[in-house]
Amino acid sequence: MSGQSVAGQTSAALDAFVERAAARSTVLAGTGIPTRRVEAWRYTPLRSITEIVWKEAAPLDAASAKNLLDKIAYPANGHLFIFGNGREVTSLSSLPENVLRTDAEAVDPLEDRFSAVLNGALGRDGLSIRVPKNVDAGLLTLATLHQGSAISTHLRHRIVLEEGASLTLFDANVGEGEYLSNPRFDIILAEGARLRHVKHQSEAENAAHLAIINVEVQGNAEYDSFTLNGGGAVARHEVVTTLAAPHALVHVNGVQVVNGTRLNDLTSMIHHAAPDCNSRQTVKTVLSDTAQGVFQGKILVDRVAQKTDGYQMNQALLLSEKAQINSKPELEIYADDVKCSHGATVGALDDEQLFYLRSRGVPEAEARDILVTAFLTDALELVADEALRELLLKGLFS
Amino acid sequence: MSDFLNICGLQARIDADGTPKDILKGIDLDIPRGEVHAIMGPNGSGKSTLSYVLSGREDYEVTGGSATFKGQDLLALDPEERAALGVFLAFQSPVELPGVNNANFLRTAVNAVRRARGEDELDAISFLKTVRAETKHLSMSDEMLKRAVNVGFSGGEKKRNEVLQMRLLQPSLAILDETDSGLDIDALRIVAEGVNSLRSPDFSALVITHHQRLLDYIVPDRVHVMAKGRIIHSGGPEVAKILEKQGYTQFLEAAA
Ligand SMILES: Nc1ncnc2c1ncn2[C@@H]1O[C@H](COP(=O)(O)OP(=O)(O)OP(=O)(O)O)[C@@H](O)[C@H]1O
Ligand SMILES: [Mg+2]
Repeated sequence: MSGQSVAGQTSAALDAFVERAAARSTVLAGTGIPTRRVEAWRYTPLRSITEIVWKEAAPLDAASAKNLLDKIAYPANGHLFIFGNGREVTSLSSLPENVLRTDAEAVDPLEDRFSAVLNGALGRDGLSIRVPKNVDAGLLTLATLHQGSAISTHLRHRIVLEEGASLTLFDANVGEGEYLSNPRFDIILAEGARLRHVKHQSEAENAAHLAIINVEVQGNAEYDSFTLNGGGAVARHEVVTTLAAPHALVHVNGVQVVNGTRLNDLTSMIHHAAPDCNSRQTVKTVLSDTAQGVFQGKILVDRVAQKTDGYQMNQALLLSEKAQINSKPELEIYADDVKCSHGATVGALDDEQLFYLRSRGVPEAEARDILVTAFLTDALELVADEALRELLLKGLFS
Repeated sequence: MSDFLNICGLQARIDADGTPKDILKGIDLDIPRGEVHAIMGPNGSGKSTLSYVLSGREDYEVTGGSATFKGQDLLALDPEERAALGVFLAFQSPVELPGVNNANFLRTAVNAVRRARGEDELDAISFLKTVRAETKHLSMSDEMLKRAVNVGFSGGEKKRNEVLQMRLLQPSLAILDETDSGLDIDALRIVAEGVNSLRSPDFSALVITHHQRLLDYIVPDRVHVMAKGRIIHSGGPEVAKILEKQGYTQFLEAAA
């Protein structure tokens, strides 16, 4: 925590947070909102959130919630569970059969991660569920909706999959107005369990999104995640995952589509703490106008984690000379028998390809979209569920 | 002077790493409706440049002259507008589009052009029917429709894919830039047949080639010789035969 208190700054926002948190926690008191001098936030300034006095939000009624959700494509099948302005919208929410609702439990404070600290101080409602042994719970859409101005929510979710259980989670984030969404997920996958976590972050253009996903993956279990980061003024999707027993498998894939003056950030820590595990990461970022993209991907391989197979690829496509990508891949390896590869590229659209399409009658804007989609194709193909992939495709340029 | 394609004193240059390089140095060329003209000329004489300038590639700066097509100032139009108006360029080196499915690409192009021409778009099924008929015609396997555009295609397959696009887009002016190079003997006949069957009073073609053989199959109305950015000689089909036998020397000397 010390790193942050040194470089952190006090502000109207912090005062507002501290005041709200005071009743339950003192954790924020000693800290500040990280400035760019804090390494983890160097490329993602939180300036825009420091001036605002973030208030507690009033709950959303079902009709407004439905309207907001209809702004994006989401699955028509499966179950839907909605949080509107931080509170469960009970009349629209249901869980798959066999999925049990549980009580919230104490979690690792992750106190070197600001998104977690903030959530730790202010978090309250959330969805805590358990999928019992060997149950395939199917598809659950979790919608996190916001509407209002200068409001913040700090949901705390806990998803436990027992041995051999499986679940597909479509994590939809959408809203209107000026708000901060700061959800935390704690995900525990027991032996042989599999969670597919497909997220669409489509927050309002003046919103901030600071999500932190903390995942423990046991032996032969699989955390298969894909995030379309495509909204918000400032949006970070942050994953901290531990491969805790042999043959765990983790995918932290994503696509970021950033335009205007927005900033989208995908930050991850993939921690190989056991031998024979496999982690895969493909992140593609498309930037236009004066947008900024951030990719910070760390792979940490413990001394015991022999035979680790790690793959990381991050690629950016700059559609404007004023757009910017900051990417920071980091490999920290203490085992000697591992296979870890990583690569990064930055490029622009190919004029010849663009001309070829236009010479076939395809208007320029459409030709660009075709080439951008082509750039994103091999990342999008990593969404194993075809129907969900189609939904994300619809959301790419919206 | 025809009211179809009329090129007058056309000059164009390219920015070659900071220094402008003049490539077209005053091209005069008139292609009436329904005629097929051929251009032959030594490597580097500017044939592909002419085809790019006519289809709207932005790297080239037009520094003089004009090109009108169907009464419109061709040079003022975007590439996609030229395509809608009926200009089609079969590229000398077709571009690969990784991640773009060939069938989707073809359908997008066909429907974009149909939209622009005020025609109804083709739905997936009628498109597939049309494209299947054409691929059969060109002896192309349907498997090539499932792949990414031109990616991993052999030289000859790329050229056939160009001819497929030409047939689907139904141009009124097709510019074929060395579409015959890289084709085996059977493919050459198939491709020539693909062009010939489009021949009508409303279809003209500009065929760029190095080989007389193609012109045995696609018999041109006129043959032009291009050198150093100019048309230095024009005549009937016999010009190609003379070139085949004697090379460019006599025309180059006569022009000098
Ligand atoms: N992008 C470029 N930069 C520099 N020079 C160029 C560029 N494009 C074309 N040129 C030059 O312009 C000249 C004409 O090229 P062009 O491709 O039009 O010739 P061509 O007649 O089609 O030749 P070929 O028969 O070999 O296809 C050549 O000298 C070529 O090197
Ligand atoms: Mg050429």
